[in-house]
Amino acid sequence: MKVRIKFKKYGPVRFIGHLDVMRFFQKCIRRAEIDIAYSQGFSPHQIMSFAAPLGVGLTSDGEYMDIECHSVTTSQDMMKRLNDASVYGIEVVSVKELPDGAGNAMASVAAASYTVRFREGREPGFDYIRELPAFMAQESIMITKETKKSTLEIDLKPGIYECKAFEDKSIYMLVDASSAGNIKPVQVIEAFLAGHGETLQENALLIHRNDTYTNVAKKNKRRRLVPLDAIGTDIE
Amino acid sequence: MISFVFWKDVFMNTKLALSDDILMKIEKPARYIGNEVNAVVKDKDKVNVRFAMCFPDVYEIGMSHLGIQILYGMFNEMEDVWCERVYSPWVDLDKIMREENIPLFGLESQEPIKDFDFLGITIQYEMCYTNILQVLDLAQIPLLAKDRDESYPIVIGGGPCTYNPEPIADFFDIFYIGEGETQYKTLLDTYKECKSEGLSREEFLYRASQIPGMYVPRFYDVTYNEDGTISSFAPNREGVPATVLKEVEMNVSDTYYPMKPVVPYIKCTQDRVVLEIQRGCIRGCRFCQAGQLYRPVRERDVEVLKKYAVEMLKNTGHEEISLSSLSSSDYSKLPELIDFLIEECNNKKINISLPSLRIDAFSLDVMSKVQDVRKSSLTFAPEAGTQRLRDVINKGLTEEQILSGSAMAFKGGWTRVKLYFMLGHPTETDEDIEGIAQLSNAIAATFFEVVPKEERKNGKVQIVTSTSFFVPKPFTPFQWAPQCTKEEFLDKAYKTKRAIASQLNQKHIKYNYHEADASVLEGVLARGDRRLAAVIQKVYEKGCFYDAWSEFFKNDVWLEAMEECGLEIAFYASRERNTEEILPWDFIDAGVTKEFLKREWAKAQEGIVSENCKLKCQGCGAARFGGGICFEGKN
Repeated sequence: MKVRIKFKKYGPVRFIGHLDVMRFFQKCIRRAEIDIAYSQGFSPHQIMSFAAPLGVGLTSDGEYMDIECHSVTTSQDMMKRLNDASVYGIEVVSVKELPDGAGNAMASVAAASYTVRFREGREPGFDYIRELPAFMAQESIMITKETKKSTLEIDLKPGIYECKAFEDKSIYMLVDASSAGNIKPVQVIEAFLAGHGETLQENALLIHRNDTYTNVAKKNKRRRLVPLDAIGTDIE
Repeated sequence: MISFVFWKDVFMNTKLALSDDILMKIEKPARYIGNEVNAVVKDKDKVNVRFAMCFPDVYEIGMSHLGIQILYGMFNEMEDVWCERVYSPWVDLDKIMREENIPLFGLESQEPIKDFDFLGITIQYEMCYTNILQVLDLAQIPLLAKDRDESYPIVIGGGPCTYNPEPIADFFDIFYIGEGETQYKTLLDTYKECKSEGLSREEFLYRASQIPGMYVPRFYDVTYNEDGTISSFAPNREGVPATVLKEVEMNVSDTYYPMKPVVPYIKCTQDRVVLEIQRGCIRGCRFCQAGQLYRPVRERDVEVLKKYAVEMLKNTGHEEISLSSLSSSDYSKLPELIDFLIEECNNKKINISLPSLRIDAFSLDVMSKVQDVRKSSLTFAPEAGTQRLRDVINKGLTEEQILSGSAMAFKGGWTRVKLYFMLGHPTETDEDIEGIAQLSNAIAATFFEVVPKEERKNGKVQIVTSTSFFVPKPFTPFQWAPQCTKEEFLDKAYKTKRAIASQLNQKHIKYNYHEADASVLEGVLARGDRRLAAVIQKVYEKGCFYDAWSEFFKNDVWLEAMEECGLEIAFYASRERNTEEILPWDFIDAGVTKEFLKREWAKAQEGIVSENCKLKCQGCGAARFGGGICFEGKN
């Protein structure tokens, strides 16, 4: 059966890259003695799929991975065992069984929400809290994206579902995180600053992913986003 | 939909020595953040001794070393000791730490190691000597032991290179000669006593010199003859022993072994459980230092090993287990151990890695069970190209064994063979070099002989022949041998290349050879004396470290520094030493006697082999430790 695991990433381990987080969980699952399924062949590997990779330096409250299990105990028990086998800063917060036919974590990702802050002394020179609504009111937000082969003009606007600034100086954004149209928060902020003739200083942002979402709306209906673990059920 | 974020919690850097800006700028920040599974964090106010354990190379190399894991675990079992790890920062961070004056820190506490009680450095290869200085320098500890006052940690070295510690003697307060399991507790107890009595650093070091295995360089003076050789080497303080006998753990089945090794986040060289099945080697190859240093051979009890394997796999979650020893095939209970591991690991989908196996029917059978035959390769280490030269070096592997082993393997589906040789052994001739090519060719020919065309479904045979350059090492029968010059080495490598190119099956043989410059310098440092410390320091001050990495090794800087110090490469490397000469490491008693080494050196020159320890005792001297193979049921 397919099991979806939600975890947080915070503290020093935010400097561990995505591939190393995967390696971490491969070993963590063995230490926790989760009855995971393996692929066939001479070098079997755990059947495991991660949702949206998180960049180095970012923290998150909403990371997901799916694993295939031969047998399970209960959500509570598996969560406890995983956390006992884990380290400070990688914390499992939910374990759910997925219904048959549910898409895997990576394919299911539709959006992610972030809270972004400027590091002290690296704020833009203009009143960004007041200016953000005007930025978002534009018809299109064009940026140039460098790929390996060419430079590409893309419009960020359709992929920014929400973007608001708060009095505490944080910026909240809900953006497309699907494999086809993934938007990084830094791209949005760079475009925002560029509109005011400014460039983002090096390592200027503190970025926290709040959650990762899937779209449960019927085809051609208005987008309805729910956290990735909303479609699973607790194992009692 | 907005979740409230506790910024202080999620981004708090209170436990990291490096700022976010630095960590985001450098390669692999995970090298420096600690916090790995099984890393030990203690309350610093509740411990008496803080120990920084260092491997002076990059994290991924250092984390792969078993010895550090053993000592780390052993120290942390002691309630009032907290041992942390430290490695050489990579060149990118090194530059930043210098610019911003950031002191080198322990991974666990993230606190400067200059405030610790001890800095222990394991010294595994000569080319890391400049990295030792990098570590001291970044830690803001004076490079020379004589410049350290009471406020600095005691700098203690261990590992194979300390069997000739002289080139780095000036940088260390103590060297621990031998295996770490036996005397560290006594040493730390002595330290605590001295600390509570408020005694000086000098007094502690004096007391340390009274503990078996401890060499405190400052209590010994060296004088030299006009020709540069040593005229005397003796203690300069009453009560300091004239010779230091290596420490040996004689009870290997009932000593400390780390059941919870630290599991790194990033991929390391050794990303697996390491099961040390025995110490020492029965073979006595005359070029091999490890084969002499770790005598006598001591096997671990097979039941103990089974228990360790299960527990360590559970505690680490590693997907691979590897056996560690100098020659696994000589472990008497190997079939039983492997059967157990195959059973245990198959269910859990754990890979078994079996290095240093002799190729024969048994090992091929085992390998076919644990590896993908199509992807794995056979490894032979004949080390020399002709039987005559293999007799000189006492490598008991015959051409017949190699060819019959290959034939069996080819029939079993293997197609890839790796061959390891050394160039520059004593007495080597052009004929021996030609022999390397001929042997490589003969193996390829065997493939075409034993595998009919229609059965070559895994492809044709691929042979990779590699040569390294021979470096004479202390405490081997070849410690008196002249080392080849760089020119001689390169000439030998070209000859090997030409000889291989002229073979019938040359299309199937790939040839690799090492760099000659670094091998010559390794030879200089391996058999060097105290005067070389000035050279190492100069080289470091000229900006060199990571000499073990070919991209950072600068031979011309070393040559320049040698010249500035008035020393010659030839004196240390290519000079033949007289067996009566006082060698820089003569004050160390490594267990094997000088008489034995002389006998072996004489036999080598006559091409006479010595049988292995299981067949016949050669009287090397290691029997004095009162155990191991010297006393076990010999036929």
